[in-house]
Amino acid sequence: MIKEVLRQLWKDKFARIALIVLGLIYFALLFADFIAPYTKDFSDRTMAYVPPSKVFTIDENGKFSKPYTYNYVRDFDQDNLEIKYSLDRSQKHYIKFFGKGQPYKFLGLIKMNRHLFTTDNNGRIFILGTDINGRDVFSRLLFGGRISMTIGFLALFVLFPIGLLYGGISGYFGGKVDMIMMRFAEGIMSIPSFYLLIILASILPSGMTSTQRFLLIVIILALIGWAGFARVVRGMVLSIKNEDYVLAAKSIGASKFRIITKHILPQTTSFVIVAMTLSVPSYILSESGLSFLGLGIQQPDASWGNMLKEAQEFTNILYRPWLLTPGFLIFVSVLAFNLIGDTIRDVLDPKSKVR
Amino acid sequence: MDTIKYIIKRILQTIPLLIIVSFVSFFIIRLSPVDPLAELKLNPSVSPETVEKETQRLGLDKPIIVQYGKWAISFVKGDLGVTSSGEKVSTKLAERIPNTLLLTIIVILLTWLVGVPLGIIAAVRWKTSLDRVLTVLTSIGMAIPSFFFAVLMLMFAVKTGWFPIGGLTSSNFADMSFGGKFWDITHHLILPVLVLFTISLAGLQRQMRANMLDVLDSDYVKFARAKGLSEGVVIYKHALRNAVNPMITLLGFEFAGLLSGAALTEYVFQYPGLGRLILEAVLKSDINLVMASLMMGAIMLILGNLIADILLIMTDPRIRSKA
Repeated sequence: MIKEVLRQLWKDKFARIALIVLGLIYFALLFADFIAPYTKDFSDRTMAYVPPSKVFTIDENGKFSKPYTYNYVRDFDQDNLEIKYSLDRSQKHYIKFFGKGQPYKFLGLIKMNRHLFTTDNNGRIFILGTDINGRDVFSRLLFGGRISMTIGFLALFVLFPIGLLYGGISGYFGGKVDMIMMRFAEGIMSIPSFYLLIILASILPSGMTSTQRFLLIVIILALIGWAGFARVVRGMVLSIKNEDYVLAAKSIGASKFRIITKHILPQTTSFVIVAMTLSVPSYILSESGLSFLGLGIQQPDASWGNMLKEAQEFTNILYRPWLLTPGFLIFVSVLAFNLIGDTIRDVLDPKSKVR
Repeated sequence: MDTIKYIIKRILQTIPLLIIVSFVSFFIIRLSPVDPLAELKLNPSVSPETVEKETQRLGLDKPIIVQYGKWAISFVKGDLGVTSSGEKVSTKLAERIPNTLLLTIIVILLTWLVGVPLGIIAAVRWKTSLDRVLTVLTSIGMAIPSFFFAVLMLMFAVKTGWFPIGGLTSSNFADMSFGGKFWDITHHLILPVLVLFTISLAGLQRQMRANMLDVLDSDYVKFARAKGLSEGVVIYKHALRNAVNPMITLLGFEFAGLLSGAALTEYVFQYPGLGRLILEAVLKSDINLVMASLMMGAIMLILGNLIADILLIMTDPRIRSKA
């Protein structure tokens, strides 16, 4: 079945582009340490809000040259009372590929200090500018992407087993159990999900390590989504539970738990796959929304949402548009996930015509 | 008569739901290690008597079940307590809820006015280039993060100066004539409405298109065509009526989604709505305000679903007979 789905995905033009885009994004995130010119903790306080470095391939004499860049120097404009950056044209900094830079652990294992591109001497290359703390936006995009693009998946892997089991038990037992369980699920669904999300996030104690916080946010995201999913599973279980094979399993004395997990729930697989792919984007969006408000992933860790937090200030929006790049990346990856999800649904559920 | 019975039954069903919602919210909030009155105690303009009254009212020295009971009783009586800055929670809510309702209702009306016809057109012209273009556009609409789109719109407003930035009214609102006031509010609403509209339009159009395609495939539509009815009559008289019914159920969900989406948009545009209120309350850990606005959000959502169900009874006789 998986092979067939992949084949169909590749056949569809949009889905193929989406697959390639996502593949590239995840590839870049996996090798973030190598691709990023700076490490996660790098910051140069004298270089706050530096615009993107300009890369030249034609030198001042009009001849082709190895790509080089100039550093920015900061000066204060007395008349307009603003800080201005201008290129320091006195010294060229050539861009070196596979050059030595800050040390890191490749894939968290092997010590390395080579980066995809660096500059020589004391040059700085910020291809997407820097933020308020003088951190390279491009490097942080890669490190932040690791969080933003995995958190949704992790939440789904927490949420789906809960939803399946809850819906399975509720549907199979029926009667009072079903009524109580479903009322509770409806209760959860009656709270606007984003309100619930920010309240859950706000009760997280401060002073947690970033790993703890990350895991708790995964759990919170899962907590808001399981109810709706459980309800649909319950509906499916209701129609499956009177099938002959379920009755057969019952008559040979299989336990209820076994019937639910081994005989009924596997029948919902294709729905689960479709629901999962279609809900990845909403978790990516939830996480970024939460971090955007400052309730999700916290500084100094990066995530696309908390990088966009800086875009809340007017001056940043107007004069530092490079700070908006995480938003475009969120958009592109969500779009790609949606296209893939739509295609998978078409393949597994040919009756639906939403596309 | 049956209809009224059904509606009453449906209204009664919301009561256990509200109890569950309040229970869940209360326990989540009380999980927080923060002293719910810390802010109130630190505020010099709040008298110790008020703090004492709040401690009594919330029963903070008693076990959590008793606290819930106390809270529930005072909630039913309409006493929502005071915020950390000493204002009454109820006045604060009364100020914010209409704003959020205004925003969401305008958005729902607009999305229906535009989304339903677009869905019909896409379904009737299934697999033509127009349908393809609409599909691509809705995919894009669904993928834009609401807060990011709001930020971009804000950027647009700042650059062009065509739109006021943030809030719902200008500073000299009180001195305006009625027409001026109306225009002022409209002017402030355009951008937030545009953001929410773009995002919710996509889902609605897709749903309408899917319903319409389902209906167009059904036997009675084929029969109507075979009878020789004109295409217009087939689509607008036979197909459309059946395709719209599931949309009414969706109305409730749409409202829920909008309340959530509006929270972020309200935040970016500094719009004085419920979403921003709850966010500010959460950041200040203002327990009374959080609890009350959470309940209000849930009540609005449940009411939205209720209205959708009642509308459905009115439009779909099959449900009436089932009930």
